[in-house]
Amino acid sequence: MTEIKVARRGPAEVWITGIGLATSLGEGLDANWQGLQDRRVNVDETNFAPYIVHPFAPVNFDTQIPKKGDQRQMEAWQRIGTYAAGLALDSAGVKGNKEILSRMDMIVAAGGGERDLAVDEAILTAQAKGNVPPGFLNERLMNDLRPTLFLAQLSNLLAGNIAIVHGVTGTSRTFMGEETAAVDAARIALARIVDGESDIALIGGAQNGERKDLLVLYEFGDFNLKNKFAPLWARSEHPGFALGSAGAFLVIESKAHAEARGAKPFARLTQVLGDHAPRKQPGQITRSLEALWNKLKLTGDTAAVITGATGAEPATAEEHAFLASHPGRAIRATGTMFGHTMEAQFPIGLALAALSISRGELFPANDSSGFEIEMSAPPSQIVVIGTGHWRGEGMALVEAIS
Amino acid sequence: MAAPRDKLGRPIVVVTGMGVATSLGAGKSDNWKKLTAGESGIRTITRFPIDGLKTTMAGTIDFVPIEPFSSTDLSERLADLVAEEAIAQAGIGSAGNFPGPLFLANAPIELEWPQRDELARTIGKAEFKYDDLLTASGGGRFVPWHRRFLFGSISDHLAERFGTKGSPISLSTACASGATAIQLGVEAIRRGETDAALCVATEGSVNPEALIRFSLLSALSTQNTPPQAASKPFSKNRDGFVMAEGAGALVLESYEGATARGAKILGVLAGCGELTDSFHRTRSSPDGKPIIGCVRKALADAGMTPEQIDHINAHGTATPENDKMEYLGISTVFGERAKEIPISSNKSMVGHTISAAGAVEAVFSLLTLEHQRIPPTINYEIPDPAIPFDVVPNKARDAKVTAVMSNSFGFGGQNASLILTREPA
Repeated sequence: MTEIKVARRGPAEVWITGIGLATSLGEGLDANWQGLQDRRVNVDETNFAPYIVHPFAPVNFDTQIPKKGDQRQMEAWQRIGTYAAGLALDSAGVKGNKEILSRMDMIVAAGGGERDLAVDEAILTAQAKGNVPPGFLNERLMNDLRPTLFLAQLSNLLAGNIAIVHGVTGTSRTFMGEETAAVDAARIALARIVDGESDIALIGGAQNGERKDLLVLYEFGDFNLKNKFAPLWARSEHPGFALGSAGAFLVIESKAHAEARGAKPFARLTQVLGDHAPRKQPGQITRSLEALWNKLKLTGDTAAVITGATGAEPATAEEHAFLASHPGRAIRATGTMFGHTMEAQFPIGLALAALSISRGELFPANDSSGFEIEMSAPPSQIVVIGTGHWRGEGMALVEAIS
Repeated sequence: MAAPRDKLGRPIVVVTGMGVATSLGAGKSDNWKKLTAGESGIRTITRFPIDGLKTTMAGTIDFVPIEPFSSTDLSERLADLVAEEAIAQAGIGSAGNFPGPLFLANAPIELEWPQRDELARTIGKAEFKYDDLLTASGGGRFVPWHRRFLFGSISDHLAERFGTKGSPISLSTACASGATAIQLGVEAIRRGETDAALCVATEGSVNPEALIRFSLLSALSTQNTPPQAASKPFSKNRDGFVMAEGAGALVLESYEGATARGAKILGVLAGCGELTDSFHRTRSSPDGKPIIGCVRKALADAGMTPEQIDHINAHGTATPENDKMEYLGISTVFGERAKEIPISSNKSMVGHTISAAGAVEAVFSLLTLEHQRIPPTINYEIPDPAIPFDVVPNKARDAKVTAVMSNSFGFGGQNASLILTREPA
């Protein structure tokens, strides 16, 4: 075999150096941390009744998206995401640094944008009354759809807006596929940095949960939490998720790159693993999570767990069974406090893991079932879990930098 | 023995299987025959009423019947077709057991009008609110629609059907999606994560709302008669792209893995480039820098110079903006050679297959290498003096082709370029 010597770098150590969070608990790391300390849950049980959603805590979008024209070109999910991405870049200290942003790689986990419900409603009710001509739908859509609405709906335009507003222009990829899109975004971005293909990347996702068209999609499968809020582990009688509203982004980069620019890390991102278990037989999700767990480089048995468990069944019961087989660990379900933010849930988990490690404490339990226990020691390893409500399993290991 | 690694020390990535479907037909042989004969697959839309539309033609795929129609169902069927063709040609793995990951490019998935109409009909009254739709959605009547209209729905199906390994990835980078799917496969093999990858891109989006969305952005040609002449890349009288359906698939393998199992090598994925444009949501930076940078990154990734490229498979959408910017980008990188190098746009015949275009055109680029024949740019009657490309006007041309560059540029500042060669460099 011909041996060619090249200057390949890697395997690189990867640090989390920036975190941007804008959620139903508030904006920024301190507000979210305080919300967690206070065991605060922000739900709206009336405006979408009987469905429960976690509303986005108001922010001043101007601070991260200065041009009103840009804001107008986006629907809420894009504004939330672009805002949170800006916070992450600020947090990493790279905001406005053209040299770094021009080679920053971006992988966004995205769904799609809001429909114009008034237009849909008007078309459907007119059709229900009967006697509409063959071109009726065409005519209404041609006249009633806002021309730029399409761009506010397109999945890859969250990344597009981040490029336009913040100047992140290395590479831009958008993964779709609900919860696991974010697992894969983190997995691929990490692999590229470890391998030396990339030095620094922005990853994350966003969702606006205050959307009836989104509720429709999940209502097809009877997944929406109805009538009364309950903490995630206390939903066995009434399973389901309350859609959450959040943007969660992280800047990850090689240790060498971070050190060269004097960036301070929150934590190390060591592993991100994904699986796609067939979900035909009971126990397959539990076994998938166990297999992923066994691939993690855990030291001792003190690692805490932050899970994005959705509340949907059977996935949540199967994950509960897996977690119960590793007793004594501190577990936190973000679904209780943030709702289910779909593509943003795994990034929220990564963000809170890194934040907990950097602040030297895991945030308090918030669970009436007693499944979540307190942890007094500073966490050195936190496992982030993302089990899709319908498909996909993911796990990450976030560690303290010794 | 050739080196199993490229100039940068990475595993060489080769193609061992390809599949394609467009409005010209299903499969490589039918497509290639019609493409090199300069046939158009663009026709007047019959799938839904065209009353009141400014654009009434598209490159629809009508030979795969879907009833009731949904773009997601059609996209899935097309992806099945091309993946099957590619895997059969590669002769890799066994039935339902593909030995590598899936990278799928597809359009964002959403509930569509036929389903929305059916949902509204179950309400059973003429006056209702959106909340009534929401209420009618639950209770288990529409469970299959949850599965169908998740964003990961098609990749989920493909992963199960073809037995790909690991977490399947669905992606969208607008009109560059097909190229991005291939790029992700190339990267996974180069990192040594896998010896093989299945890269698929599919588009079945000709439905009223999708057409109207592009129409409202003034992106589509309105030269409806005759439909076959609507797509006019690089012509002075071009006026927009023509929406089209299609799919493409590549089986990628490491050179080492492919040769070890005695697979026939169809071509080499020598380089990939990608660079984001932050100028505007639908327009390229007027200085062309992102396109120039993207093309240069692909050349650098392949370890090649512009002189080594002997054919460019253009993005060539036939929008006034794209074709102008593509000329600026290519002429900046290729200099005087930009006027000599044959540059053709498959979209003149098959239309713009949007999410699938990057993969469809990669397959056509590989067929160009195989047959040493360059497909034409048809409908080229009035050259645009501002774009002095040799567009291989109207008739296919035999030529010595050793390396092809295939470009994809999309909404949201997405730019991607691939370089495909016959043999490992």
